[in-house]
Amino acid sequence: MKLNSKLIYILTILVVALATVGVMLLLGNVAQRKEEATQNVFRVVEITEETIDPAEWGKNYPRQYDGYQRTVDIERTRHGGSEAFQRLDEDPVWREIFAGYAFGVDYREDRGHAYMLSDQDITERIKVVKQPGACLHCHSAVIPAYYKAGVEAGIAADEAHRQEAILKGFELVSAMPYTQARTLVDHPISCGDCHDPETMQLRVTRPGFLYGIRALAQSEEPLPHLPSIERWRKDGKKGEYEVNTMATRQEMRSFVCGQCHVEYYFKGEGKLVTYPWDKGLNVEEIEAYYDEVQHKDWQHKLSGALVLKAQHPEFELWSQGIHARSGVACADCHMPYQREGAIKVSDHHVRSPLLNVANACQTCHNFPEEEMRARAEAIQDRTLALMNRAEEAVVALIHDLQKAQEAGIPAEQLAAAQALQRKAQWRLDYVSAENSMGFHAPQESARILGEAIDYARQGQLEVAKLVQPVASR
Amino acid sequence: MQISSAFGFLPLLLSGSIGVLLGLGGFTFFYAEGASYLSNDPKACVNCHIMREQYDGWQKGSHKAVATCNDCHVPHELIPKYLAKMENGFWHSKGFTLQDFHEPIRIKPKNEAILQENCVGCHAELVSQIATHPGNDQNMLDCVHCHAGVGHGPAR
Repeated sequence: MKLNSKLIYILTILVVALATVGVMLLLGNVAQRKEEATQNVFRVVEITEETIDPAEWGKNYPRQYDGYQRTVDIERTRHGGSEAFQRLDEDPVWREIFAGYAFGVDYREDRGHAYMLSDQDITERIKVVKQPGACLHCHSAVIPAYYKAGVEAGIAADEAHRQEAILKGFELVSAMPYTQARTLVDHPISCGDCHDPETMQLRVTRPGFLYGIRALAQSEEPLPHLPSIERWRKDGKKGEYEVNTMATRQEMRSFVCGQCHVEYYFKGEGKLVTYPWDKGLNVEEIEAYYDEVQHKDWQHKLSGALVLKAQHPEFELWSQGIHARSGVACADCHMPYQREGAIKVSDHHVRSPLLNVANACQTCHNFPEEEMRARAEAIQDRTLALMNRAEEAVVALIHDLQKAQEAGIPAEQLAAAQALQRKAQWRLDYVSAENSMGFHAPQESARILGEAIDYARQGQLEVAKLVQPVASR
Repeated sequence: MQISSAFGFLPLLLSGSIGVLLGLGGFTFFYAEGASYLSNDPKACVNCHIMREQYDGWQKGSHKAVATCNDCHVPHELIPKYLAKMENGFWHSKGFTLQDFHEPIRIKPKNEAILQENCVGCHAELVSQIATHPGNDQNMLDCVHCHAGVGHGPAR
């Protein structure tokens, strides 16, 4: 009896002790969550405009830096991802489409942000052609180098003249040979490219975008997805459209990406990085601009046509899509908010939303992950099917032009067919080089590819008129 | 004699340890704002920060003027109301403490049925000619399937 009650006492004490441990653990957990929710930023180092190394910024913003570092990850999606496979081997017709151009030698799929500078060091494209320093505009954290070059060229080294010095340096560095300019930079994209070091506010630093968006604002192109530009126009277009002071925060969450993920060309002898937006953001408005300034990227080796190379018009194609019209920014899908404990941070592991469907899609779309992925891939599969047809059509035209030349048809008679090749190839490449396999604007992509097929076949008809003997009619 | 004195020590220890447990438990309850969960105040729902987006959205939703979180998300009758609070409270605490829930957060089928019943609870007259099937979105769509913004405001 006594022994029994003694046992009960001891057991009860043990249970109470365990319960107390449980309560202590819970208390600790609640306290930790409360602490996280205060969102303290500990400024352990001072960050200035001269701080380029992301590791330094990472000391103050460790959560964002963790994500940034993970852009080294290499992961395939069905149609892209971040593995540097050789696109020329994946689909050899592109060797013919790019014949005579550096992209016909080496055209690898692009990898994550972390590799932007080192991958450019090893591409064959900088070996077969002498490239200018202009490339660094988007392949490195170049702004401090621009500033330094501007100051060395005589612009006053104070805060009031900072922007002026950067723009001067932009001109100087762009015109340098690539190998010389390369010695001025050490890092791929860094925090300061999109963030003010003082306030961490989003900002546009790339001169190409600052000039490009001004030109776009001045154009007649309706821009319902960019409300601050519409407002500036409505208010009478006073002065210039200044993206860093006039754009909304939500717009900035796309503009910082649009600093580089755009169509561009190197203008004139100065090799200035220029965004061809004077007439608008559509594929034919950009084409009209290139036609007007008589720009060509190269003369096609097999057909003799003066053709264009599309770069990576993500910002332009996104602008035509339903997500842009709904106010969804690049960062909403490519850098979605994610929760760490009790606080939310923007995911700085920039990547394909298909690798992060829950955070990227489900915030707005109430469907299972598998369903969302299937929807996106259905769009991409359809785009690819149409793109393959467009490739066949363009290559068929190239072959026809080649044969016509071999048959001795004079060059001036081929001009009309060559112009159609330029149109067709530009449209095909526009969708192909854009990094979403049509997803950023599915219907627009299909429209562009449809036109590419039509122009290529029209070109073949032109050639046929020349080569078929009159007698056969 | 010796045995009983050693034995007399145990009740004392037990009382003491139960006291510590009660004190710690009480403090944790107070520190975690436990009592607020018995109230109707929407602020209690953002205590744990997960519902921040929903709370912010509700501030901009059309129903803010007429309904708090509880008006739509728990039954209106006293006992079912506190049973629902108990059950949800358990899952929420477990999820937030162990950090093991799906994100973005999703409403459970059971709570979806409660929500639908509460829509109809206020709008009974308006929808009296429409059949509703709380808890079976496949059979007939819930009100919020289309009117998604009424409670939590626009998604973006």
